[in-house]
Amino acid sequence: MITRDEVLHVARLARLELTDDEVERFREQLNAILEAVGKVSELDLADVEPTAHPLDLVNTWREDEPRPSLSVDEALSNAPDREGDFFRVPAA
Amino acid sequence: MDTLRLTAEEAARLLDRGEASSEELHAAYRAAIDERDPELHAFLRTVDEVEGGGVPIAFKDLISTRGVETTAASKILAGYKPLFDATVATRCRDAGLPLLGKTNMDEFAMGSSTENSGFGPTRNPWDPERVPGGSSGGSTAAVAAGFAPWALGSDTGGSIKQPAALCGVVGLRPTYGTVSRYGIVAFASSLDQIGPITKTVRDCALLYRTIAGRDPCDSTTVELPQPVELPEADDLRGLKIGVPKELNEAEGIEPGVTEQVNKSLDLARELGAELEECSLPRSVDFGLPCYYLIAPSEASSNLARYDAVRYGHRAEGAADVREMYARTRDEGFGDEPKRRIMLGTYALSAGFYEAFYGQAQKVRTLIKQEHDALFERFDLLVSPTSPTVAFALGARTDNPLAMYLSDVLTIPSNMAGMPGLSVPCGLSEGLPVGLQLIGPQFSENTLFRAGHALEQALGFDFVPERLR
Repeated sequence: MITRDEVLHVARLARLELTDDEVERFREQLNAILEAVGKVSELDLADVEPTAHPLDLVNTWREDEPRPSLSVDEALSNAPDREGDFFRVPAA
Repeated sequence: MDTLRLTAEEAARLLDRGEASSEELHAAYRAAIDERDPELHAFLRTVDEVEGGGVPIAFKDLISTRGVETTAASKILAGYKPLFDATVATRCRDAGLPLLGKTNMDEFAMGSSTENSGFGPTRNPWDPERVPGGSSGGSTAAVAAGFAPWALGSDTGGSIKQPAALCGVVGLRPTYGTVSRYGIVAFASSLDQIGPITKTVRDCALLYRTIAGRDPCDSTTVELPQPVELPEADDLRGLKIGVPKELNEAEGIEPGVTEQVNKSLDLARELGAELEECSLPRSVDFGLPCYYLIAPSEASSNLARYDAVRYGHRAEGAADVREMYARTRDEGFGDEPKRRIMLGTYALSAGFYEAFYGQAQKVRTLIKQEHDALFERFDLLVSPTSPTVAFALGARTDNPLAMYLSDVLTIPSNMAGMPGLSVPCGLSEGLPVGLQLIGPQFSENTLFRAGHALEQALGFDFVPERLR
């Protein structure tokens, strides 16, 4: 069972500031979901290789040719805040 | 112009013969949208400029379109205007297909009903009290309601096939790697695929031909082994079709759905196919658990990019940058993305990685092996696409697990990287039932051939009864 403290810990890792109400709701729902997905542990798979990707592709290359890229102004055009040629954020 | 009935192929014929212009087609669909979309809410925004001389198209709102707002139906991306086109958008532009607009979806493609949109749900054109399915419910509703002759959606666990079934249209989830994901708002990268949503199987093949193929900007793409063929044959002679009992007898499949699917199986036999029962013993039991570990884990990583620095929503008044991240993400994400980010972060966190993500990747190997073994004996597998017809709005929103079960029949072959086609095969309680055809990797031509032959024999009328 996931505890309230674990929910808060995971929320911190995921950079999510949850309200008290969300913490309790997600605790209940995550417990129900984890119980259902925990079924994967029923199988003994010690000798099975994991699949990360459905196609057997290894090292796909393309020529390393320069192509046009975004201008500084374009790259900043969707930023919530900027200062000159930089993204602006609150104090780190 | 009867946009409800006009197929993309017929629309192209009108253009070829000079009987309509691309502008006139675009205007006819826009008029249908203006008239009837206030009820259905299939579109998040429409586009006025008509670029290209071809048949107009709609895109799910996670496909980047240069200069046209792209939100993945999330408030965290409200106002975001991409600086480049997704490769599929470029290919449609090169083919001259003018954009009609961007369609609604479950936020970040997480959901099976389009109710998780940050901008309000889409309703089913067959019955507006019911959901269109999801997550590509805006695209499937748009095609069913005559708002677009064809559309693009995305499918991670069933997000093209399931809403296509619930809206009575054709949907293809292509073989993983055949369609570029460059410029697609990412959800679960080892599963996400873009695919066509259409009224007919031939339209589906035409649109797949337009978007498929290797893209130097997406290293997971490959060239198609054979060119896409437009299906012509009206028989199924020589095809061996497996009927996996776990996919056809799963708990929760409505009797009305089984009845329509069984009628299609009888028809398939009459058309010359050889049918035989078979089994996917672990793929169905373990598919859903496997999916709900792998997809949220990948999502928690992909959605880490929403940091309020480079684009998207930013919470106001944060004292420092960490508070800005955390408050922005709480304000910007809806419940389902938060739930999946939490689940994925937990499954990937220290001490749990092997037991959850690592184990799920091994289960994925088993699922792929089970499918590969069946495809040594069969050309195709068949089942219902969705266990139920379209359900009422609100019916599953309070119970995430009940919503997740909507995809129990589409997830196993998705985990294996196999393509799947949903074709409408009849009505149950006046609502469409979808037939799922699954093939081995790169078997799209066989799927189109079988889908087309069945479609011709079934004679399903894709115009929703209440709109006829």
